[in-house]
Amino acid sequence: MEAAAVWSDAGDGMFKVPAGAFRALAERLRKEEGFDFLRSLTGMDWGEEGLGCVYHLENTSTGENIVLATADPDRDNAALPSVHDLWKGALINEREAYDFFGIKFIGHPDLRRFFLRDDWKGYPLRKDYDMSLNPLNMENEGNEDEAPGYEMTPDGGYILKRHPLFEEEEYVINIGPQHPATHGVLRFRVSLEGETIKKIDVHSGYIHRGIEKLCESMTYPQTLGFTDRLDYLGAMQNRHALCACIEKAMGLEVSERIQYIRTIMDELQRIDSHLLFIACLCQDMGALEVFFLGFRDREKVLDILEQTTGGRLIQTYNTIGGVQADIHPDFVRKTKEFIKYMRPKLREYHDIFTGNVIARNRLIGTGVLSREDAISFGATGGTGRASGWACDVRKRHPYAMYGKVDFQEITFTEGDCFARYMVRVKEIEQSLNIIEQLVDNIPEGEWQMKVKPVIKLPEGAWYTAVEGSRGEFGVYLESRGDKSPYRLKFRSTGLPLVSCIDTISRNAKIADLIAIGGTLDYVVPDIDR
Amino acid sequence: MFDFGIITGWIHTQLTSLMPEGLAIFLECVLIGICLLLLYVVIAIIMIYMERKVCAAFQCRLGPTRVGPWGSIQVICDVFKMLTKEIISIRHSDRFLYNLAPYIVILASVMAFACLPISRGLEILDFNVGVLFLMAASSIGIVGILLAGWSSNSKYSLIGAMRSGAQMISYELSVGLSILTIVVLTDTMQFSEIVMRQADGWFIFKGHIPAVIAFIIYLIAGNAEVNRGPFDLPEAESELTAGYHTEYSGMHFGLFYVAEFVNLFIISGIAATIFLGGWMPLHIPGLDGFNAVMDAIPGFIWFFAKAFFVVWLLMWIKWTFPRLRIDQILTLEWKYLVPIGLLNLLLMVIVVVFNLHF
Repeated sequence: MEAAAVWSDAGDGMFKVPAGAFRALAERLRKEEGFDFLRSLTGMDWGEEGLGCVYHLENTSTGENIVLATADPDRDNAALPSVHDLWKGALINEREAYDFFGIKFIGHPDLRRFFLRDDWKGYPLRKDYDMSLNPLNMENEGNEDEAPGYEMTPDGGYILKRHPLFEEEEYVINIGPQHPATHGVLRFRVSLEGETIKKIDVHSGYIHRGIEKLCESMTYPQTLGFTDRLDYLGAMQNRHALCACIEKAMGLEVSERIQYIRTIMDELQRIDSHLLFIACLCQDMGALEVFFLGFRDREKVLDILEQTTGGRLIQTYNTIGGVQADIHPDFVRKTKEFIKYMRPKLREYHDIFTGNVIARNRLIGTGVLSREDAISFGATGGTGRASGWACDVRKRHPYAMYGKVDFQEITFTEGDCFARYMVRVKEIEQSLNIIEQLVDNIPEGEWQMKVKPVIKLPEGAWYTAVEGSRGEFGVYLESRGDKSPYRLKFRSTGLPLVSCIDTISRNAKIADLIAIGGTLDYVVPDIDR
Repeated sequence: MFDFGIITGWIHTQLTSLMPEGLAIFLECVLIGICLLLLYVVIAIIMIYMERKVCAAFQCRLGPTRVGPWGSIQVICDVFKMLTKEIISIRHSDRFLYNLAPYIVILASVMAFACLPISRGLEILDFNVGVLFLMAASSIGIVGILLAGWSSNSKYSLIGAMRSGAQMISYELSVGLSILTIVVLTDTMQFSEIVMRQADGWFIFKGHIPAVIAFIIYLIAGNAEVNRGPFDLPEAESELTAGYHTEYSGMHFGLFYVAEFVNLFIISGIAATIFLGGWMPLHIPGLDGFNAVMDAIPGFIWFFAKAFFVVWLLMWIKWTFPRLRIDQILTLEWKYLVPIGLLNLLLMVIVVVFNLHF
């Protein structure tokens, strides 16, 4: 490690690197040490120390992890070197950090705001942000047609350059924010040549609720409520991640019963999400019968979840040190019935959709995401596994009961829409296997550990990830010893998926964009946070 | 078989005995026009109701159940709702063409609808080049759709219209070829004649292999011709929200909607007429008792039963299959259906020349 980097071991520990030495170190880590996966990029406001970023890196071949932090003490003109050329995933993550903290990333080609309006004043996640700067704005938002970028000059300074996003005579159509196939309020500006896509510009933030900012003024138990509202099809897993992160920071070990319950619930949620994925993909492609088949089977999962948690979409089930309520007396019986019901039903999907010649023609070979790109963008979950990247957090960093159950990580090598679809269908089977192994032997024990009503975490920074329904869902928590977090960042599962859509949709048809969007399986509230 | 020509002839003699012949014919035209439009609307309502019930059955649902017995009045209520809706005018649209487009579409549809022989003596437009007239009349609809897409000043509409233009013009060819195959067999283009020649067996049986191939091609191409799934690209709701009629509201949208459903009925009605005998009952040569029983069922029941059977077949396909992509649609037409259709036409010619048909 460079002499400049300083190890700080509060929490998980991280290397603090001065801004000047950061770029060289990042390049070395990427090119020589093989840290090819940027797990998370978190903008930070460290007050006196300045504005900076925390980078969580992983080497996908060895499984090594490293955490880097760098900061620029000049608060008014904070500037850090961009790493978008090393990890493509940084493209959008750096835009997010710019949006929230005003950090200028030198060399970034397109440093527009990502979540907030272009006319937003100030940077909301800075600790000195003044709320009164932005009263409710009733004006329509204009379209920024130029992408600003800061470029390094030979004398060490930087200059602002503007690049046009689209040429004058390009035929640009808006897909979204209100559109049946964007699965929420996401907006693509698509440049077309006939029906062929030339370029896609993603606009996000239409349901940005400032959850990370809100969390900073809430106590730890209060922050839990937000996680269910991120990826609403991964409510269980998201909350599991946050609870596990806080428990790790507290040094709390939960009972085996809780681990079992959480694992089973995570898998039920995954089945729920994957069934909805199949349903929505089929609907997007016009197979309206299969749409309802997916909903029919998903209903069975929701019934089981509802009986125990009381919720169908928003479960609010995990708590710090346990779960909200013990499982319902019928839970085990119903879950076993469901497993018996679901296995033969999967054949129905194969009969009616997987084998259909039109479906195969439209899915096979479209929207190919290479393994390198998947890693570089950080497109985890089913999307990454379809490209041949074994990125399952349940295998990479086993948590809860996943280290002790026997299941297969489904990977394909094609990386096309069909592979992404097949990964999900096969994962339903694996989830059923996991549940089957656990559901009969849930041990007796507490379902809620004793936890103080007011939780204060020691000083430090922690990162915990779980395998959400559509990829790695991570929680980065930084505490200064208070009863609310200093910074809480959620690694979105959908953001990397959306950031790679431009790359894989080029030269595809509009209809392919719909299939690609459907198989990438993003959920917009999870992107916007 | 009951001949409705007796009734229409009687009305004609009654009218001519009361007034000069020119006036009588004018009055008859008005009367027939009203009947035609009424039947058109009734068919549209039945089709929409059927679509809802059939798709509900395929999707494990019930469909409309609340308004009237089995939800049967639901569609009528929807028609009234549609009539009361505001017709929104779009800024920067070509106002005249924008308002004209739905009427062109409905006009083409009504003209094609008038060609269907519903029962013996119940043909409205029936002359010796009926098939040609039908093809010509139904293609006018494309103009309406293109106009709708162009004049809306919306990019979605324009893409939808371009798609439909490419698609409908291509598939017109296959529809024509498969109808031509049967014309070769019947040596007539008059619909009433085509039906009469099927008295001793429907053409799908008489023409055996080439007729079955033509029937299948006709179903695929006809489905594409009326923009129904899996060929519903011009209005692919998950891609273009509603395609060429995105910007239409109120009854203008209603006209597109109704025309789409009746076009589906027309395509099915033509299939029933040309391949399945139209209003001609099922006759099996030699079984006179059976034939007499079949003859007891009125012709229009035969016609509607056959037409709605084909409609049901097309609905089944629509609700099950995913949508194709534009390049796949054109590949299917130009690389598969047209060559097969041409070969099939040749095959039919050989069958007819060597008298190999039944």
